[in-house]
Amino acid sequence: MANSSGRSSQRRSRSDPQPRCSIEKAWSGIRGLDEITGGGLPRGRPTLVCGGPGCGKTLFAMEFLVRGAAEHREPGVFMSFEETEAELAANVASLGFQVERLVAQKRIAIDYVRVERAEILETGEFNLEGLFVRLQHAVESVGARRVVLDTVESLFAGLPSPEVLRSELRRLFRWLKDRNLTTVITGEKGEGSLTRYGLEEYVSDCVLFLDHRIIDQISTRRLRVVKYRGSTHGTNEYPFLIDEGGISVLPITSLALEGAASSERVSTGLPRLDEMLGGKGFYRGTTNLVSGTAGSGKTSIATAMALDVCREGKRCLYFAFEESASQIQRNMRSIGIDLEPCLRAGSLRISSLRPSVFGLEMHLVAMHRAVEAFEPELVVVDPVSNLMNAGTLLDTRSLLTRLIDYLKVRGITTLFTSLTPGGNSLEETEVGVSSLVDTWLLLEVVRSGGERNRLLSIIKSRGMRHSNQAVEFRLSDRGFGFLDTYLGQGGVLSGSARVTQEAEDRAASAALDQELVRREALRDSHRRAFEARLSALRDEFEAKDAELVMEMEEVRGERDRTTRARTEMARSRQAFGASQAPAGKRTRRKEDGA
Amino acid sequence: MKPGEGAAGRRRKGGMRTRMPSRRGLSSWQLRLYIAGQTAKAAAAIENLQRICERRLHGRYQLEVVDLLKNPQLARGDQILAIPTLVRKLPPPMKKIIGDLSDEERVLVGLDLRPT
Repeated sequence: MANSSGRSSQRRSRSDPQPRCSIEKAWSGIRGLDEITGGGLPRGRPTLVCGGPGCGKTLFAMEFLVRGAAEHREPGVFMSFEETEAELAANVASLGFQVERLVAQKRIAIDYVRVERAEILETGEFNLEGLFVRLQHAVESVGARRVVLDTVESLFAGLPSPEVLRSELRRLFRWLKDRNLTTVITGEKGEGSLTRYGLEEYVSDCVLFLDHRIIDQISTRRLRVVKYRGSTHGTNEYPFLIDEGGISVLPITSLALEGAASSERVSTGLPRLDEMLGGKGFYRGTTNLVSGTAGSGKTSIATAMALDVCREGKRCLYFAFEESASQIQRNMRSIGIDLEPCLRAGSLRISSLRPSVFGLEMHLVAMHRAVEAFEPELVVVDPVSNLMNAGTLLDTRSLLTRLIDYLKVRGITTLFTSLTPGGNSLEETEVGVSSLVDTWLLLEVVRSGGERNRLLSIIKSRGMRHSNQAVEFRLSDRGFGFLDTYLGQGGVLSGSARVTQEAEDRAASAALDQELVRREALRDSHRRAFEARLSALRDEFEAKDAELVMEMEEVRGERDRTTRARTEMARSRQAFGASQAPAGKRTRRKEDGA
Repeated sequence: MKPGEGAAGRRRKGGMRTRMPSRRGLSSWQLRLYIAGQTAKAAAAIENLQRICERRLHGRYQLEVVDLLKNPQLARGDQILAIPTLVRKLPPPMKKIIGDLSDEERVLVGLDLRPT
């Protein structure tokens, strides 16, 4: 957000998730804090920053002042009760603050107030007008809009009569408010109270608490907005870190997911896997997870993708939390993936770190830095589950959320690997990041018949049609070999079981083939038999037919001869009416004979 | 800087009111009283101090009264917070006494003037 004051926050619509407030705010200049507080610290009012020793109070105050002077044209006064001007300047110089230059430019005034109890004796009524005079003088000398009092509580140790001090402090805060000075007052944490001398009673507008704790030997700094009168604010504990660039508060939820979603695709480097992912691979700028048990091939898949990205002339940043760069190189060479040329060309960078080397926040910063410096297309974190060693589950999860958001906003494709412990459900990642990722590949090792076989399947892949089938893959010196799993009556099989089943299937199929051939032959012979019989029958028929024709010819000849003979006899005997009744009978008989 | 001129010079420059010792060369005591404005409390403190000094350090002291409202930049040098503050510059070690100096016993203890 670019708006800096409460006025602009009033203009925001009701649906705006940012904290709403009615009071004017001043940019603190501390990265992340302005997002938590919805615009910064209350303008013209005192803010109490308290915490234990070494929690970063003084640095916080100094950064507030330096950034105000250098970036927001708000000169400031640093009234230090603990460190001298030179000490202060030297202490913060390591953080890139050019205090001395700002002092020379009259944009910052530092006043070191030393109170030595041993030198002071009280002999009657007094007040702290001297402090007011000094402060006013310093404020006027630079035209200050901001003031820091660090640590005003030292006065209690240095001066007698706390009652006088209390009333004078009350007057001081009133004085600061009346002059509309945005003030940061630091206070040492007390037993059971925010500050040792109860400063929080006087500073009622805004109280921030800084905490520096060690959990499992790893230090984590946190910031909490205890109170912020007149404004809503984030109430969580926000991790913050101190590095060469000052303080960075990391609000978990401040980064809105606003990055434009790309429809461009990035190949996984494995054609078969691309095919399963809608034919093209991951979407650019998405977060992808490969989870699996030990030895299931997570790193192999990650490096395959890294290599592919590098071959396309793009850059890949590989955070290895388990293996050193050379170890990865050697191991991947065994499956035909040679990372050497990419490393030498500078397109691949392997950042190898033990997770426990520093706290999660520092990891996040280190990652941010590396990403910003290298501008990669692909970021691999192998494995994210190892970051668990550097913090609690909640911390790790929040770190990953922030990392994912950060990379997503920049459109960088991310590939996480995650080790699933053997005993747990496979579809459960230790860090619980599965809901944050866009595509989740599951690697399983299926044990059957005395062997282990790797199966790859896609649990989810947002926004694309993806295969629901598990495929078996093998790693050899020629790289990845994908095989379809056996899908048949015997269920889903892989490895030797698949081979056996396939052989059995082949045998069964061959037997049927033979049967078919046999039946075909049978049918053939049957037909031939039929045809033979048919031809024999025809021969017989024809023979009989011919015989009958011959017989008929004979009979016809006989008949003709008889007729002729009778006609001749009649003619010779001159008989009576030969053509009458007897002739009719003859005719009928002749017809029967035919 | 010649003795005698110094105080006058400082007065012009810094606007201090300086009370010179009555006898030259014996000003082994150098005191400075810081006040902020001519308030009743400031007047009381000055009066108390003068009374004590005249009685105990007659002729052996040099007293400056610094009004911080007029010279706020001077508060830094002696690390003044409380008003009024009396600073014993000489003899060493430096001592600071805060308050209106109404408790004479304590003032004397603070200035190492007891026992007499």
